Amino acid sequence: MVAVLKTVFAFLANVGSNPTPSASGKQGGNLKIHEYQAKALMAQYGIPVPRGRVASTPAEAREIAAEIGCQVVIKAQVYAGGRGKAGGIKTANNPEEAEKAASQLIGTKLVTHQTGPEGAPVSKVLVEEASDVTRELYLSILVDGASHLPMMISSEAGGMDIEEAAQSSPERIFRSDIDPAISFQPFQGRKLAYGLNLGGGQVVEVTRLMTSLYKLFIDKDCSLAEINPMVITTDEKLLALDAKLNFDDNALYRHKDIQELQDKEQEEPLEIQARDWGINNYVKMDGDIGCMVNGAGLAMAVNDLIQYCGGRAANFLDIGTLNNTERVVNSFKMFVADARIRAILVNIFGGMARVDVIAKGIVEAYQQMNVPFPVVIRLAGTNLEEGRRILAESGISFIEAKDFYDVANKAVKAAKGVME
Amino acid sequence: MSILVDKNTRLLVQGITGSEGSFHTQRCIEYGSRIVAGVTPGKGGSQHLGVPVFNTVEKAIAETGANASLMFVPPAFAADGILEAIAAGMPLVVCITEGIPVLDMVKVHRYLKGEATRLIGPNCPGVISPGECKAGIMVGGIHLPGSVGVISRSGTLTYDVVSQLTSLGIGQSTCVGIGGDALPGSTFVDILELFEEDQDTKAVVLIGEIGGTMEQEAAKFISHKMTKPVVVFVAGSTAPPGKRMGHAGAIITGSAGKASEKIKALSQAEATIVPNPSEVGLTTKKVLETL
Repeated sequence: MVAVLKTVFAFLANVGSNPTPSASGKQGGNLKIHEYQAKALMAQYGIPVPRGRVASTPAEAREIAAEIGCQVVIKAQVYAGGRGKAGGIKTANNPEEAEKAASQLIGTKLVTHQTGPEGAPVSKVLVEEASDVTRELYLSILVDGASHLPMMISSEAGGMDIEEAAQSSPERIFRSDIDPAISFQPFQGRKLAYGLNLGGGQVVEVTRLMTSLYKLFIDKDCSLAEINPMVITTDEKLLALDAKLNFDDNALYRHKDIQELQDKEQEEPLEIQARDWGINNYVKMDGDIGCMVNGAGLAMAVNDLIQYCGGRAANFLDIGTLNNTERVVNSFKMFVADARIRAILVNIFGGMARVDVIAKGIVEAYQQMNVPFPVVIRLAGTNLEEGRRILAESGISFIEAKDFYDVANKAVKAAKGVME
Repeated sequence: MSILVDKNTRLLVQGITGSEGSFHTQRCIEYGSRIVAGVTPGKGGSQHLGVPVFNTVEKAIAETGANASLMFVPPAFAADGILEAIAAGMPLVVCITEGIPVLDMVKVHRYLKGEATRLIGPNCPGVISPGECKAGIMVGGIHLPGSVGVISRSGTLTYDVVSQLTSLGIGQSTCVGIGGDALPGSTFVDILELFEEDQDTKAVVLIGEIGGTMEQEAAKFISHKMTKPVVVFVAGSTAPPGKRMGHAGAIITGSAGKASEKIKALSQAEATIVPNPSEVGLTTKKVLETL
């Protein structure tokens, strides 16, 4: 049980975050939204959130602070976590201070431990009523891969790094698996509430909140719903002081409203570009070899082999199985536009994807653009002979590789300029 | 011999009339698989690729004795298709479809509990017992009948590994793609159990990847229950944390999801770890020579 929870919390600590500079807490498969949007959704489901609104200018922040009429908190809206320590959350005692705090955040880039050195752009701040807090608790829902069920997790260790909490005091963490056939039940709420050392009316109140959060999780196809911290104020009220919602990309087709919430500014520009060009499985990495591979496992293995051979991949790119040349041409466009690239690696094992179509795409790419670096190509599988013939007859210059290892090894050498 | 599918498998294709369904049904027939029925709601009573089409899985089973289903139903309707097959008592469902919402699969898993159906996938290349039956989208020609079992979360990487084996004259008993999703119907352990029981499987090649804890569970099974040697490659050593690497399940979420943790667990279980994926074939050859 403890081991399982450690895994779960390791998961939570890394959801939406990334300690490596290259990927910087940006979109990576599960759609993220801003805190103010998550709070608006939670409020729609009856979950208590602090009074406040989002501002795009310091003047707006001042107006909102004046409306609220007491001490306010100004919170930078970025996808990355770790905002507090990075100076992205400020308090203000009056509208003037709110305006000043907002002006120090809006238009800047916030560098947190999750963003990498380039930081995340701040174009909005959330201005909300400051709360007097007596306790900080933790609450989340996600799907557990082992039980195949959504699970609600609560802990008294709110506000802090939850992975750390799971390691230092696993006995303070409570979990309840939810059967989708009967949904979240009051007895589960009581178990978690007593685990949080709540009493009296708060047990009913937190059970209601948990039930609402589960409903939101299911209705919107969330991959993560997290309230950290969920606080108890000095007047004994429960409040979602921070809110995080991630959504299952596979289910976005049935949630147009959620799709519209996405803030592309918070994402890696190369990954946005790739998606706009129909390349859905592109992840920026930190090397100099542009990779085009079919299949996710093969693409990962190619990147591993590049490192094994002493080089670094500039990206992960699974071209998928669509048999058209456009995606191949667009992949080359990505590489040519990427100033980091020193060599291109193509590794295609034709199955559903046909090698001849890929070869045609490569020839088209050479016709449409100047490819200023060496290209190493390994083809295998469906329609291999035809693919080879197309490349040979086109007269384009490329380095042929005979297998999986050969393509990685030659690409590494080509990127280092030790090979024609 | 083989696991899951063999000469006696009577395949039903759900979504047979769609473009993917048609293309791959044709390839399976050419390989020699016995496709006895297709299901496409609204097209019952017709024939497609010489195969009778039914409106429901239940009817198809009743009329043709189908005992395994191969699914090409689009992601928005795929979970419903799996549920239909479970309800009809289908013993084996191989779901190729990629992109099924996670909460749809939560329902499927809940419904699977206590049922006799075994689900492979979704988001997988399928299952092939070389020379006997191909229930999937893999390239048939690269396979060779033999005694090495292959289990993988990946598609094309498996093709590469299988080609390595075949080119060295090492045949396969069955190759099972369990798929790249976070909630697969069958896990490494489920399939390792079958290979351990299968008399004609002498060794197993396991292709893991980052994300989840399936490789660690496999490591436990290997060290406690497995008598046959297991050769392992884990993809994604260079994958950055927090990023989904193509497969829905291939995302490093905490230390357990890292390739290094999986490799550590599997090597402690005395599986043979292959650091260079282009040497899986050669390593397997060496392992077989010691038997």
